[in-house]
Amino acid sequence: MVTVGLTHFLVISTLLFSMGIYAIITRKNAVMVLMGVELILNSANINFIAFSRFGNFGFNGQLIALFVIVLAAAEAAIALAIVLNIYKNLSTVNVDEVDNLKE
Amino acid sequence: MNIYDLIFYLFAALTLISAFFVVTNKNIVHSAFYLLFTFFGVAGIYVLLGADFVAIVQLIVYVGGILILLLFGVMLTNKITNVEIKTGTINIFSATIGVGLFAGVLLAAVLYAPWKVTLLQEPVSTTGILGNLLMNEYVLVFELLGIILLIALIGAASIARR
Repeated sequence: MVTVGLTHFLVISTLLFSMGIYAIITRKNAVMVLMGVELILNSANINFIAFSRFGNFGFNGQLIALFVIVLAAAEAAIALAIVLNIYKNLSTVNVDEVDNLKE
Repeated sequence: MNIYDLIFYLFAALTLISAFFVVTNKNIVHSAFYLLFTFFGVAGIYVLLGADFVAIVQLIVYVGGILILLLFGVMLTNKITNVEIKTGTINIFSATIGVGLFAGVLLAAVLYAPWKVTLLQEPVSTTGILGNLLMNEYVLVFELLGIILLIALIGAASIARR
């Protein structure tokens, strides 16, 4: 086995990204789609921190990963508020059934 | 094979296997709990990359905040009385083919690209360095993020209780 380097971390983030895309495409429930988005954000963060470690960029990558985490928290709060509202109005959270803007 | 590699493979396996269960499990609550292990694994990978502060923030914000929020979302949008916490799936076949091809192309690009690696000088703790960067170079971004977070949370509260 080769010693762990940049490529290993990039492979992990690639696989996480693909699984996030898969969750977004195949799941009907809006909360599951959100989980897919969180997986994708995590994979992007792994990439940022890996390049901050192995590239010659100083600590900017780690800082941008922090910013991504903050934005992910804001996004999760907003998205769950919208999901709750959809459930209240249409009593379903399946994204393929929510196809009208107004009742 | 030294101890660093061993721990890396442990965390990588934890992350990828639990992420696989997240995307394949039919029960949303189970998926949310597998997501917990994925976040733990990713935090471990951050530690292995020398980013201790980001790893702790990942644990606090993701595991303590976002995951709880997701679980609340699951509980509030399902009929608790007649337990219906399943999620339906659509276009599995085409999604598997498409995502498989996509992952293959991306993996080939990652594996065959000639990456130029220069190791960062490893400090004992990154907290002070990140704090200095945050207050000097990135102070505008820091302030903007604070405002965005405030607006987003007020907006979320006002949307949810309408």
